[in-house]
Amino acid sequence: MGTLKLLQGNEACAEGALYAGCTFFAGYPITPSTEVAEYLSRRLPLIGGAFIQMEDEIAAMGAVIGASLAGKKSLTATSGPGFSLKQENMGFGMLCEVPCVIVDVMRGGPSTGVPTGPSQSDIMQCKWGTHGDHPVICLTPGYVQEIFSETVRAFNLSERYRTPVIVAFDEIIGHMREKIEIPDKGVLEVENRKRPTCSPAEYKPFDETKGDVPPVADFFSGYRQHITGLNHHSDGFPVNAHPRIHTDEQRLIRKVEGNRKDIIRYETFMLEDAEVAIFAYGVSGRSGKNAVEQARAAGIKAGLFRPLTIWPFPEDEVAALASRVRAIVVPELSLGQIIFEVERCAKGKCRVEGIYRVDGDPITPEQIFDKIKEVK
Amino acid sequence: MSERYEVRFSGSGGQGLILAGVIFAEAATIFDKINAVQSQSYGPEARGGASKSEVIISDRPIDFPKARAIDLQLSLTQESCTKYYKDIKDTGTLLVDEDFVKDIPKGKFKVISMPIIRTASEEIGKAFVANIVALGAITALTGKVTIASVEKAVLSRVPKGTEELNKKALKAGYDMAKTKMN
Repeated sequence: MGTLKLLQGNEACAEGALYAGCTFFAGYPITPSTEVAEYLSRRLPLIGGAFIQMEDEIAAMGAVIGASLAGKKSLTATSGPGFSLKQENMGFGMLCEVPCVIVDVMRGGPSTGVPTGPSQSDIMQCKWGTHGDHPVICLTPGYVQEIFSETVRAFNLSERYRTPVIVAFDEIIGHMREKIEIPDKGVLEVENRKRPTCSPAEYKPFDETKGDVPPVADFFSGYRQHITGLNHHSDGFPVNAHPRIHTDEQRLIRKVEGNRKDIIRYETFMLEDAEVAIFAYGVSGRSGKNAVEQARAAGIKAGLFRPLTIWPFPEDEVAALASRVRAIVVPELSLGQIIFEVERCAKGKCRVEGIYRVDGDPITPEQIFDKIKEVK
Repeated sequence: MSERYEVRFSGSGGQGLILAGVIFAEAATIFDKINAVQSQSYGPEARGGASKSEVIISDRPIDFPKARAIDLQLSLTQESCTKYYKDIKDTGTLLVDEDFVKDIPKGKFKVISMPIIRTASEEIGKAFVANIVALGAITALTGKVTIASVEKAVLSRVPKGTEELNKKALKAGYDMAKTKMN
């Protein structure tokens, strides 16, 4: 039995990071994510870790990359405007294959938007925010307990695939409090990156002959490292107009897309015999569950698909769903973003209907139930 | 969904109502071991504006975390009362501060008026414990969480050196509400 606590989503995120072995946080405070930083600023010094408030979000992302290259599990947390600022360095982390975790507690936007209001409108930015072809893993927990466990999983995936991982949730679950159980050490698996076993003379930081995820040495450990945002050879030095760029970029994408079975996780609720499916994550997924209960009580066969991994997108699962339900309802706190992915995968095999809301309140179960009645 | 019980603490930013909601939820979940979630809504200002904190209590898992059919609403300011009263159920209760909420909204719900802020400043001697006086009253009116658990939760959350003050404030609110209920 672990420890029972009443925690905010943001606090649970910080606890998850600590459980996963995070010893470094750099960030810049921004509502509604600040409690992640606040919590870790108190806790990290007590375990010999480091907390730095940087001059801005760009620098914070840079510090996280640096700390990770030095071998420390590293985290930053932010929201909309700060998430925009981090994008270039996130791309650097993806190309240079730096394990780290970025938390985005989504608030209304664009620009400063509604700092204290919930949103799910960064979800496409999570995938396409940085330029170029790049691998993205993004997790979308919906409950405080899940924020804890998915943060642990985010660290594990970042270490396993040597890539930045995003955890995205909304202001409501970031700020709300629920009872959670923090498991004892050893109950949840905690994974560490593969480090080289060869001699320093033989080591290359991007040696694709060692597999899609080459081992990585820590800076200052005696292994030579060269890190650049330019496309690079296996030794890390720049390469220009070369077939390697094509194959190496394919490898980066393959690390994630080729391991979909390992990365994709979701919850289904009463979906087996459903005629109407709801596709929703985060706080909208919570409303979706209540809407399914209301529909079932009214004799309508509704079910819920709630992704915990939104990127890579659960394409096969949504395609299979589309071929057996009459309609998929997609409630989201935006003016319609993730619905495009659902439509892409449904390929016209069923109706796809959105419910959108950006006024600072969540989509209610009743709003979803009304839509279910309309499309059944 | 009769098993779902919704409480809203509303007032002005800085009155400590989010903390009151957190303490109430902690008493329910950690000390009384019943399901509860606490959420909040506030503006960008650190002080002032209408602010609310909500606690849902249920014997089933709680998915939708916000209040929308309120059993008990506390309003310490006129602005928050006027802004938020519409979600109170017909069978619900509106608890207002008798000095600061003069314009009582019309509705089928029951209205209880108590000098919460005055009790804190005059009887207890510190206006800042008004949130704990209110919490005592809410504990009595809801009957969902034991006063012993609420007291434990209060003591685990308030600053050192203010324990006796807060215990007194909690009891004052609880007793005042009990009198109103009889």
